[in-house]
Amino acid sequence: MNKVKSLVLAGLLAFAPSIAMNGQALAQDNVAAAAPAADNAAAPADSAANAAAPAAEAAPVAKVAAPPRMKPTEGIGMPKPGEVTLQEQFTSTGHTARWLHDKMLLPLIFAISILVLALMLYAMWRFRASANPIPSKTSHNTFIEVVWTVLPVLILLVVAVPSIGLLADQYKPAPKDALTVKVTGYQWYWGYEYPDAGIPEFVSNMLTEEQAKASGEPHQLAADNRLILPAGRPIKLIITAADVIHSFAVPSLWVKMDAVPGRLNEKSFTIEKPGVYYGQCSELCGARHGFMPIAIEALPPAQFDQWVLSQGGKPAGAAPAVAAAAAAPAADAKL
Amino acid sequence: MTTITADHHGDHAHDHHDADHKPAFFQRWFMSTNHKDIGTLYLIFAIFAGVVGGAISGLMRVELAQPGIQYLQGWANIQHSLLGAEPASLDQAYHLWNALITAHGLIMVFFMVMPAIIGGFGNWFVPIMIGAPDMAFPRMNNISFWLLIPAFALLLGSAFVPGGTGYGAGTGWTVYAPLSTSGSAGPAVDMAILSLHIAGAGSILGAVNFITTILNMRAPGMTLHKMPLFVWSVLVTAFLLLLALPVLAAAITMLLTDRNFGTTFYDAAGGGDPELYQHLFWFFGHPEVYIMILPGFGIVSQIISTFSKKPVFGYLGMAYAMVAIGVVGFVVWAHHMFTTGMSVNVKMYFTAATMVIAVPTGIKIFSWIATIWGGSISYKTPMVWALGFIFLFTVGGVTGVVLANGGVDDVLHDTYYVVAHFHYVLSLGAVFSLFAGFYYWFPKMSGRMYNEFLGQLHFWVFFVGVNLLFFPMHFLGLSGMPRRYPDYPAAFEKWNQVATHGYEIMAVGMLIFFINVFWSLAAGKKAAGNPWGEGATTLEWTLSSPPPFHQFETLPVIDDAAHH
Repeated sequence: MNKVKSLVLAGLLAFAPSIAMNGQALAQDNVAAAAPAADNAAAPADSAANAAAPAAEAAPVAKVAAPPRMKPTEGIGMPKPGEVTLQEQFTSTGHTARWLHDKMLLPLIFAISILVLALMLYAMWRFRASANPIPSKTSHNTFIEVVWTVLPVLILLVVAVPSIGLLADQYKPAPKDALTVKVTGYQWYWGYEYPDAGIPEFVSNMLTEEQAKASGEPHQLAADNRLILPAGRPIKLIITAADVIHSFAVPSLWVKMDAVPGRLNEKSFTIEKPGVYYGQCSELCGARHGFMPIAIEALPPAQFDQWVLSQGGKPAGAAPAVAAAAAAPAADAKL
Repeated sequence: MTTITADHHGDHAHDHHDADHKPAFFQRWFMSTNHKDIGTLYLIFAIFAGVVGGAISGLMRVELAQPGIQYLQGWANIQHSLLGAEPASLDQAYHLWNALITAHGLIMVFFMVMPAIIGGFGNWFVPIMIGAPDMAFPRMNNISFWLLIPAFALLLGSAFVPGGTGYGAGTGWTVYAPLSTSGSAGPAVDMAILSLHIAGAGSILGAVNFITTILNMRAPGMTLHKMPLFVWSVLVTAFLLLLALPVLAAAITMLLTDRNFGTTFYDAAGGGDPELYQHLFWFFGHPEVYIMILPGFGIVSQIISTFSKKPVFGYLGMAYAMVAIGVVGFVVWAHHMFTTGMSVNVKMYFTAATMVIAVPTGIKIFSWIATIWGGSISYKTPMVWALGFIFLFTVGGVTGVVLANGGVDDVLHDTYYVVAHFHYVLSLGAVFSLFAGFYYWFPKMSGRMYNEFLGQLHFWVFFVGVNLLFFPMHFLGLSGMPRRYPDYPAAFEKWNQVATHGYEIMAVGMLIFFINVFWSLAAGKKAAGNPWGEGATTLEWTLSSPPPFHQFETLPVIDDAAHH
């Protein structure tokens, strides 16, 4: 048994070296001991990691039941049929960026396109050969040339202010108490691990069309094990990949960060409302690039802590969090 | 305007043995050293490659018309049965999708737009416009063209050898590591890389040739500041090619050694970095997009001036705007990499630098409008295409300003918004300028007029088709549909369907084009030396249509008082 346990552990460690450094050996032992993968010591490392997630739910130490699977709201956190603009946003950078796009860039590019079109149509009609048989020979006008050089510069300077501001916002470091989640891209699924809470990596695969229908979710976006996150708490994602480059993208949270093997990319944000938010891999990563969706389930904080406990993990600020979990329904109502 | 003291009107029919003595068929077309014949070969090649690349995009649009996989599996099975392999698995069918998008991108960039716009029109008209008898290095010119053939053969051949999950190179035209190294076993990617090496070598030779020709072989009096804008555009483009392509060659050579010889340039496990490849690729890749569009700017300037019967407004501003675009184009490459996790300062720099490009581009757009302003405009087919170019390029350009914002790009990167953007500047920009140039110079090159009605019809059908095809992609991208997907959630169905209908209309437009070309070549009216009248002031219109086999054996002298 010991040998089997260490084999499974080795499998986990191969993909999640950070576990070892976080002193979470206890939680891991439980997972490993309960893992059905123990019967199959020769299983490749990823299937061992794969099995660990459902096993964690059944682990004897996890006496708390996981919250029920959240139903997505139609049109929230997913594209709407025939939509012509950006998805509704649920993070503060999402609001700022959407404001920049909707209120500044979109009117600007419309105005420029219409201006060019209007000038062209007018000139084309006014100076058609039949109406203007003798062409002018004007080929220079310093004043107007200076105007159409300087004016775009000024417009761009105006655009640059909020644009650079948005970048600064997006790169604000996460607060110390932010929940760290490690996201790993694989060919062709995602792995999620919670080093702070001591939850080892579990993987998330796309649901088939029948499964998605049964679960009332959009096909191509629905995934089996969602990335569970707390709403209203700062989150820090550490994003990497195990094989080729993937990209972790969730349009409604204004998140897109490449998962690059050998790099740890960081993305922090706070989800404003509980809900299900979908995304899709956004860097060509091989055959099933189009079939490794991202499904985030943002739970009210108390329910999130309950979920962490149900996985055999340790909620942030351990003891008080357990109490909070007991009062989950109340906290739920407040949120 | 331009005065030519020694002109070659017509009288080459007798005694001018050297001027119009054409070699025998094989020598003329397979061992050619004549810039016009090589230009023709380039154009024929580009049209052929364009049909292949366009057919591939047709396959993609058919599959994307509805959610679900309708045809891909069948096509993969056909591919496999051709090779005597077992029927394709679903993953192999998905791999075929990636091979299709890769082939479409590479063919359209390296084997359609570049050969047509630089190899075709550049070869045909740069020597004539500067009053030179031929290119500086005629034999090298021939090599430049013939290198394209093995390059294209390698690329097409790669579709029939293993490339990882299935057959063909499925890496995207960007060939990012490590998908293109450890992620794609088999010779397909090696063949695609070698194809790029060979095509790139041909382009570098061509660039050397153009630079030498333009700097050394201008006729007496043809100063740099009197050169037609098309020549300026090719000069800037040639410098971009010369500086950018060696970087691509280095980048893909390291891919080859990573793949085959155990180096780890792009492998973090060996101290390398996958992002290094992206930096090198886009250091080439961004100038590459200007390589495809700058000659188009030049063509449009000539046409707008000709059919407005007015000199180009702000000639110097126009020329130096292209130089500025070329220079700034080299320092904006990482806006293709906004989501790779670079530092905030780098992202701010590339955001600001990218927006700067809008300024010289704006100068060009406004100068074109100022050129038609006050003109006496006739709406012949080339002019209609050129005007279409100005507006559609503007639409493609403004979405570039949106994408330039690193913070906004976080949600638009690698979505159909980007696909819409670069097809507006290329399929509706570069391709419109190609058609404009084709109709403009068709009488000069072939000696026959095209059919005006079919030309106008081609424009309108194509215009409606491509806008229906590409405009809805903005909506798809804004609402989050990623690129390079063979299938999508049901919510994206509507605009994908519209786009596929747009493709069908565009395809009808292409049919009209080919009917026009074949009909005109066979039965078109004989073209005069200058079919466009007083507005056409560049040197090619002083020659017969088609020009003699060798023109300007006595160099023309450009009058000092000449305007542009």
